[in-house]
Amino acid sequence: MSKTISIDGRQVEFVDGQTIMEAAAAAGVYIPHLCHHPDFTPHGSCKLCTVKVNGRNCSACTFPAQEGQEVLNETDELREDRRMITQMLFVEGNHFCPSCEKSGNCQLQAVAYYLQMLDDHFPLFFASRELDASHPEVMIDHDRCIFCTLCVRASHLDGKEVFAISGRGINKHLIVNSPSGKLQDSALEAGDRAVDICPTGAILRKGIGYRVPIGKRIFDLKKIDAVSLAEQGGAHGE
Amino acid sequence: MANKIRLATTSLAGCFGCHMSLLDIDERILELAELVEFNRTPITDIKHCGDCDVGLIEGGVCNSENVHVLREFRGNCKILVAVGACAINGGLPAMRNFIPLGECLKEAYIDAIGVENAQIPSDPELPLLLENVHPIHELVKVDYFLPGCPPCADVFWKFLTDLIGGREPSLPYELIHYD
Ligand code: SF4
Ligand code: SF4
Ligand code: FES
Repeated sequence: MSKTISIDGRQVEFVDGQTIMEAAAAAGVYIPHLCHHPDFTPHGSCKLCTVKVNGRNCSACTFPAQEGQEVLNETDELREDRRMITQMLFVEGNHFCPSCEKSGNCQLQAVAYYLQMLDDHFPLFFASRELDASHPEVMIDHDRCIFCTLCVRASHLDGKEVFAISGRGINKHLIVNSPSGKLQDSALEAGDRAVDICPTGAILRKGIGYRVPIGKRIFDLKKIDAVSLAEQGGAHGE
Repeated sequence: MANKIRLATTSLAGCFGCHMSLLDIDERILELAELVEFNRTPITDIKHCGDCDVGLIEGGVCNSENVHVLREFRGNCKILVAVGACAINGGLPAMRNFIPLGECLKEAYIDAIGVENAQIPSDPELPLLLENVHPIHELVKVDYFLPGCPPCADVFWKFLTDLIGGREPSLPYELIHYD
């Protein structure tokens, strides 16, 4: 007999070893997330996937599904928490969407739209962060990095370890594995998985930014819960 | 109509794009004029905000005059609305926050290409620039936010008609954009 958990009262099957996120995704239940990607080891850093499991808040992307769990996902309280988490992600970086190539294809923005986030609520940090446009085909705008480590995990899978996160708290930042610290001197190549994995506009492929006009992009047309992973994979403007 | 809603609007550190977008409601402005009475706004040229029901603020706060105008609006408007990216997060003008103010002025008025008779403007009539550009919620309480750069005409229309109709204003997914 198959094992089940309940998500918002709905019975969802799972197999041993699956996380709540994996069980939910297999059943077509959307749990908001940013640092989760099914191809990579869970990281549990953005906390957007916070759900209530038997009365306690847990990260759905790291928490194992277990027989009989009562999971709450779409509640007003969780929506409020997730909106606040998203606002924190926005004020910590510098997100000027009107001047960002990723706008409309950005998962951070899409989650904010989904959660009906209309303002930043908190005072903005305006932290001074750098731009690395040294590489001929790829650029990094550190203003938009949310430290999800997807590029770190993808580059690991590429067998290159180009990226890592260094420092703590306000000093946390993405570093590049090269003698100069610049992307051009790293092993990164245009065909690497790490190039297109960034959920925000922090890592961008050059030369394709405005092929699809603003207003006709993925999340301009559809809510993130209705966009398949394959469609999101193309979320770099092509 | 005796009990028209009194509406005021202003642009602080903005580009007037949000005001242009409001005007993009096109002929619906006639319908709006039936329902609202315009107080201080660039449309009437009234210079100070009287008692109002709704105040729409475009732009963030970049100088001392912006601070005074914003406080005047907050003091006189029952409902204050941050309109557009700049009012909400500082927007494009806030991109100077990463460069010291002195350097910005030097670049614009002394070192820029083609500048003649180079000098940093210092007429006492000019409001003093603040060290940083701030979103308006950092200075006053804001009741509603209309994101977008600019918010499209339908956002203004939906918001104002909800409010005038006595409904809690809400935007459907298609009308929520940050770009
Ligand atoms: S990364 Fe996303 S949220 Fe940040 S500025 Fe770009 S579009 Fe906006
Ligand atoms: S650069 Fe992008 S993928 Fe890498 S940690 Fe930052 S947000 Fe995540
Ligand atoms: S998706 Fe679970 S913590 Fe980021």
